[in-house]
Amino acid sequence: MVATPLTKTLRCVVAAGTVLAMTAACGGGDSDSGSDSKGASAELTGRGPITLVQGKDTSGNVQKQVDAWNAQHPNEKVRLIELPEEADAQRQQMVQNAQAKSDAYTVLNLDVVWTAEFAANRWITPLPQEQFDMSKFLQPTIKTGQYRGRLFAVPWKTDAGLLYYRTDLVKKAGASGPPKTWDEMKQICDKVAKDGVGCYGGQFEKYEGLTVNFSEAVHSAGGSVVDDQGKPQVNTPQAKQGLDFLAEGFKSGFIPKEAITYKEEEGRRAFEKGKLVFLRQWPYQYALSKKSDVKDKFDVAPLPGPNGPGAPTLGGHNLAISAFAKNKATALDFIKYLTAPEQERANMLATSEAPTLTELYDDAELKEKYPYLDVLKESLLKAKARPEAVRYGDFTKAIQENAYAALTGTKSTDQALADMQAELGKLTQQ
Amino acid sequence: MTTVIAAPEQPPSTGVKAARRKGDVQGSGRLAAILLSPTFIVLALVVGYPILAALRESLFQRGQGLDAEGFVVEGDQFVGLDNYLDIFSGSNASVFWGSLWNTTFFTVTTVVIETVLGICMALIMHWAFRGRALVRASVLVPWAIPTAVSALLWRWVFQADGVANALIGQQVLWTTEGFQAKLAVIIADTWKTAPFVGLLVLAGLQMIPRDVYEAARVDGASAWHQFWRITLPLVKPVLLVAILFRMLDVLRMFDLPFVLIGAQKESVQTLSMLAYDEASNLRYGVAAAYSTVLFLYVAIVAYAFVKLLGADVIGEMRQAARGRRRSARLRLRFRKEVSS
Repeated sequence: MVATPLTKTLRCVVAAGTVLAMTAACGGGDSDSGSDSKGASAELTGRGPITLVQGKDTSGNVQKQVDAWNAQHPNEKVRLIELPEEADAQRQQMVQNAQAKSDAYTVLNLDVVWTAEFAANRWITPLPQEQFDMSKFLQPTIKTGQYRGRLFAVPWKTDAGLLYYRTDLVKKAGASGPPKTWDEMKQICDKVAKDGVGCYGGQFEKYEGLTVNFSEAVHSAGGSVVDDQGKPQVNTPQAKQGLDFLAEGFKSGFIPKEAITYKEEEGRRAFEKGKLVFLRQWPYQYALSKKSDVKDKFDVAPLPGPNGPGAPTLGGHNLAISAFAKNKATALDFIKYLTAPEQERANMLATSEAPTLTELYDDAELKEKYPYLDVLKESLLKAKARPEAVRYGDFTKAIQENAYAALTGTKSTDQALADMQAELGKLTQQ
Repeated sequence: MTTVIAAPEQPPSTGVKAARRKGDVQGSGRLAAILLSPTFIVLALVVGYPILAALRESLFQRGQGLDAEGFVVEGDQFVGLDNYLDIFSGSNASVFWGSLWNTTFFTVTTVVIETVLGICMALIMHWAFRGRALVRASVLVPWAIPTAVSALLWRWVFQADGVANALIGQQVLWTTEGFQAKLAVIIADTWKTAPFVGLLVLAGLQMIPRDVYEAARVDGASAWHQFWRITLPLVKPVLLVAILFRMLDVLRMFDLPFVLIGAQKESVQTLSMLAYDEASNLRYGVAAAYSTVLFLYVAIVAYAFVKLLGADVIGEMRQAARGRRRSARLRLRFRKEVSS
């Protein structure tokens, strides 16, 4: 047993070293986890040093918070382990750690869409929901930390799409304010989106951003990607209306052709160069655009929908405890510490990452520093989580595959949604 | 080798001598085995074990079902050749065949283009001109840049408002599905690896003695004739090695399409990307099966290449070696006869 993680690591290292693309073989092959499977329901006991594992701490603020904790808890010190910036690479390392059943990682900073996979594989421990005051959290964010109704991860940072718009152009079009519906948006564009200025952009490249934008369109039209039982529901008139909005947009030129290659940064550049009137984007762009050529000419609003405000997709990160870690009691305390109002507030001031506690959205100082906070709160309260899928990688791939086909015109929206429904159905059957 | 060569020249000798000689061979054989064993152990660990582990893994599946509480059912399940059958005829078979086609297409196109360009580059670099050292060094730059980084650079070139579109004055969306994505990968790969072929060929060119060309010129051979009849045949052994290396490399292509065009773009998906995708979705059995198929494909292509084109290279080398040895032996015998 003791040798198992080592052999496995060795095997991975060895396999990675060969030229035969055999790396795929690592991941271990021993089915000896009879006793470990109970780990999922074990008590959170043990105190001592732990680790916090997350992507790069670009602002340095997490380290600051860790230092503050360490000063108060000399016997329960936390060490920050930084993983690569890329989300996929983070997930890969956490998965490898879990498969080696290593206790190197204690508190995991999970992307909201990984919760189901990590919980179902018993890689993270269920958390005592009663020890957290769930009413203080933004309600939509709680769902992202749950799997089958049980809490596995505590919402730490959240995110929702906003509509960035050019105030000068909207005014020029004679509108009183930002558009609330898709039709209003098109009417504004008909008047001002010309001479190389496109109307609407988002993240339409074939990657996770497309899943976000697709589900946003579907949710805004009153549909849903999966129902409460987790069964896919994309073959509905509402879903069709949502996908049609995007597909028709590309066909009519309402969305510029090159937007099919946009990820976050490409869209931001286009908006800042004045090539877009409207852009669906995360809050991070606000501070950056305030330093760009359009700094005095833009603002944010909630995303529009077909008949009123739309429903953005939730992003963000949650904190979970690795099932194979030691000192889980310390880990639980540390999660409580990081998700306390003072810490979340300090974190937002330092990083602009949106907190998950409702009260902070009415904080005067935060509001002054982040003028979009009201809009963000309004958006977050309407936001919807992405599907809770154990095989999320396959799930999002099926969505991307078919949505992309519809946007590029290789499939009709009806066909794309029918295919998507069939593929998602197969994935949720098991 | 030693026994083969020793056999014909073994002189008629007494039984004692022969026995001692045999013993010698055995003794040195054992010594050789002992001396080589660290190498064999390392090879077995580094090459043999991963291949066997991957083969074993490809016969299993794991963690595909959920129990009533929503937890993944643990444990390996032996599925025999199911993973392979799924690859060739399952619901994802079209993806596999598409990737196999892409892999083959990239291999053929890039290797042909890179060979032609590489030879041209080598011929230019072979000329004596001022600043030749600088040109040679600068040609190495693309080769020295990590593929993932150069893929990022090319992504900027190929983005919607990038340099490529500005140059051709047209709005081509290079990174979308379609032939243009393949073209982008071919261009970026050629930029990166044609210098590699160029440098290897240059090394081959420098080994050709100058007097051969002088003789050809005296005979009145044109430049084209000199290239076709002298340069190419003499540089062929080196060139074939360069081509073989490039082929083995392209067959495993992963990072360039993955970074430049993106994951899950069917028009540029290669077999390695497919294996990666399966592995990152925790289907290690299927991923191992894909890797094994790729491994076999690479092995077959390499073998066929060596058999079809390289056979007479090796033959020539063997002949040359034999010739040299024979003349050495003759000289030795001659000397012996003289001295006795």
